[in-house]
Amino acid sequence: MNIVVCVKQVPAKDAPLAIPEGAAWIRETDIGFELNEPDGYALEEALRLKEKHGGEVVAVSMGPERSKQAIKEALAKGAERGVHISDDKFYELDPLGSARCLAAAIKREKFDLVLTGLQSDDHGFGQTGVLLAELLGLPHATIIMQIDAADGRLKLKRELEAGWFQWVELPLPAVLSIQSGINKPRYATLKGIMAAKKKEIATLTRAELGVTVSPTQRIERIYVPKKTKKTEILTGTAKEAAAKLVEKLKHEARVL
Amino acid sequence: MPFAHVDYIDFDSLLTDDEKLVRRTARQFVEAEVIPIIEKHNREGSFPRHLVPKLAELGFFGASLKGYGCAGMSNVEYGLVMQELERGDSGLRSFVSVQSALVMYPIYAYGNDAQKDQWLPKLQKGEAIGCFGLTEPQFGSNPGGMLTRATRKGDRYILNGEKMWITSGSIADVAVIWAKTEDGVIRGFLVEKGTPGFKAWDVHGKWSLRASVTSGLAMTDCEIPAANLLPGVEGLKGPLGCLTQARYGIGWGATGAAMACYDAALQYAKQRKQFAGKPIASHQLVQEKLAWMITEISKAQLLAWQVGRLKDAGKADFSKVSMLKMNNVWMALECARKSRDILGANGIVDDYCVMRHMMNLESVYTYEGTHDIHKLIIGDKITGIPAYA
Repeated sequence: MNIVVCVKQVPAKDAPLAIPEGAAWIRETDIGFELNEPDGYALEEALRLKEKHGGEVVAVSMGPERSKQAIKEALAKGAERGVHISDDKFYELDPLGSARCLAAAIKREKFDLVLTGLQSDDHGFGQTGVLLAELLGLPHATIIMQIDAADGRLKLKRELEAGWFQWVELPLPAVLSIQSGINKPRYATLKGIMAAKKKEIATLTRAELGVTVSPTQRIERIYVPKKTKKTEILTGTAKEAAAKLVEKLKHEARVL
Repeated sequence: MPFAHVDYIDFDSLLTDDEKLVRRTARQFVEAEVIPIIEKHNREGSFPRHLVPKLAELGFFGASLKGYGCAGMSNVEYGLVMQELERGDSGLRSFVSVQSALVMYPIYAYGNDAQKDQWLPKLQKGEAIGCFGLTEPQFGSNPGGMLTRATRKGDRYILNGEKMWITSGSIADVAVIWAKTEDGVIRGFLVEKGTPGFKAWDVHGKWSLRASVTSGLAMTDCEIPAANLLPGVEGLKGPLGCLTQARYGIGWGATGAAMACYDAALQYAKQRKQFAGKPIASHQLVQEKLAWMITEISKAQLLAWQVGRLKDAGKADFSKVSMLKMNNVWMALECARKSRDILGANGIVDDYCVMRHMMNLESVYTYEGTHDIHKLIIGDKITGIPAYA
């Protein structure tokens, strides 16, 4: 089973974030970056499927030069090859633009399955996987908790709300968005990191892929939410105040 | 709050992608496997032995050696692993240092093929644990005065003597023992666990490195095959060559312990409020301590990085490693003390890592060449006059 797994590089979780005045994105010059955590679960799932069914895992990422680091991590953990869509203006793309670029690169591969994380830890749109499936014209399922592959078909466990799960079946090839927590991602071992030095990372540009994108949405402004405190005194007798409190808990806080 | 990456001077821009990846692996491992359990082991005085197979699988044993299943890492990569492990605990880092630099390295550098084939793959996989016997009850800073003797008898050597402060001594499957032969020359010997006349016992009552095993070793007419002699080295330069490897790792490791203390103090100072509801981080005397720490940590990182690059180029002699070990361990111990101060009473309990690191670093300050001995090594280097005797 040949599997393409999409990996994104995002600001490190413990990076101190600074937002320049009026900017639509954080200042990236003095922070560290890491593999998007949800993509780590997709990568692990891809590696496990390969180990069970054979084939190869190709890690695809898009972004500036530094984003190759996410591919290298995938190679160190056991992916066979990497494809880097080199794009310094990656941050200007909306999910549709990202999906178009990824789809164009993935179409060049011979694959049975495409895996993505559920969403990215930076933008958190959670749309790229779905759009990618649409652009590739393939069946798609999200929030995957278990994958059973047999005879060219997939039996999938999806996580619904309130503790409910759903089993669905799809034919291959397909695109899946993996739920975080589906597995325990492996570490990149030191030998794996050494072995990855010899693995190939192909570089493609947006021009080479023949993709032109015009954003359908853009970020106006980003800001840190302001913490506010509001205290309301409920007046009246104890009985009246209690009745008002119950009303508020029912209709405003919606906890009753 | 989880540990936040410490990098004031964009140190990361000096590192390659692979080096950052190695650090990430070690950090993820420490965060997931060490931090949740280390206070318990420290409190109980027990070595987290269940981590050995995991450390092996990740390639942490003999990481900078080539072949025999070892990863063949650069010295900076090896150093970054040590930094992350000691950010977890100096005892755990000590275990890996001993296994890698004091047991695998001498077998690798001074052993014959049969010795390498017998031990290195097992030690790399964590299937065998090693220890290093140089220090004796009466000879610490002056190992050349050792009393342990090896007497040749046909195709055997008979060892007699005592070793002290031996990390992993009682759990080791193989001990690298340094002893003087009849001609007074120091040689290295491999002594297997269970050899008649070889005994190991644990040092109790330690207030430092409580999550690692520290032992004494006694050899009483302990007979070993002559083939267990490490053929490749004679004299004090044998054990000292190993110590240069280990001290290099300690220089990085101590930086990790300092980062752990600094991070704990910084987080605490920003959150702890005193006087008019202001965080203590707003007090000048607290800021002075935090600023001192991050400055010293940054300098220590640069020193470690430069010695690592020199070592990769084959240009780092032991005197440079001495400066690294001396400076960075001192700096880390000072950071631990200042952090304990910032944490106030909370600093003395094991809800926080600071007191544990401080107590650990007291050992690290002394072992593998005391702070003062390293000053004398530097003094010897720059004046040409040895002041040890």
